[in-house]
Amino acid sequence: MKRQLYYEDVEAGMELPSVTKHPTTKQLVMYAGASGDFYQIHYDKDFAQGTGLPSVIIHGALKNAFLGQLLTDWIGEEGVLKKLSCQYRGMDFPGEPITCKGKVTEKYVKNGKRYVECEIWVENGRGEKTTPGNATVILPSRRGRP
Amino acid sequence: MTQATTSLEGVKKAIGTKGKAVSTEVEKGAVRRFAEAIDDPNPLWTDGAHARKTRYGSIIAPPTFLRSLPKDDPRDRLMKEIPYKRGLDAGSEWEYFEPVRPGDIITSITTLTDIFERAGRLGPMLFLIVKTTYKNQLRRVVATQRSTRIVY
Repeated sequence: MKRQLYYEDVEAGMELPSVTKHPTTKQLVMYAGASGDFYQIHYDKDFAQGTGLPSVIIHGALKNAFLGQLLTDWIGEEGVLKKLSCQYRGMDFPGEPITCKGKVTEKYVKNGKRYVECEIWVENGRGEKTTPGNATVILPSRRGRP
Repeated sequence: MTQATTSLEGVKKAIGTKGKAVSTEVEKGAVRRFAEAIDDPNPLWTDGAHARKTRYGSIIAPPTFLRSLPKDDPRDRLMKEIPYKRGLDAGSEWEYFEPVRPGDIITSITTLTDIFERAGRLGPMLFLIVKTTYKNQLRRVVATQRSTRIVY
């Protein structure tokens, strides 16, 4: 089991452990089936090109799910994911690895709960942030519950 | 251009429209297939024996699983009135209140909260924003999701 992260371990500016994904066309078909999003731009190359895209593209929602994993891996089973948002600004393609990254922007205690705010994003191989977003998590304290 | 503007005014009248409530049971197999599809090996999503030892006491669904549940999205009925045919999912904002477990009956209601037009690189783009509220069988809100679709 992974080591639990605590509020005291976190400081503004700290980077989250990154998560790299290697999406394939097979994964996009699996995600279409599991999520119910059957828009053809995610698995039919001719259809995708007919709409002006260079090829099939990764579902924005799949990148949203990858960013969810970035956070749930980091906060562990005692942490709570409170908010998760992202904007699909740039396209990503199967066959090109992408990396989920994040940075702590702020930590504070409110109503007895220990909150941590993060800037998060998906980065492509050229270092471009294709899917920027934000997250709020609640972490346990090493001193126990307040 | 005048015609497009006129129809856009008609489309904007739909702001505030609520879709029908749609209820779905969260199936353990659906949660596992979703976790496999997103390639997330966290045992909390799939391993009942492991999950029972955690504070959750059972398997829970990964954060974006709820989007896989069927919903009645008022935007789908509007599309035939919109002169643009190409669409893109532009983003999602989630807020979480309760864990979602296999066996939960989740009811989603989706409300069209905003429509606005912006000039984009490819011409005019219409932004269609909805907020979905997900409640469980105890009528507790488990999550809300604000999603943005762009058509152009």
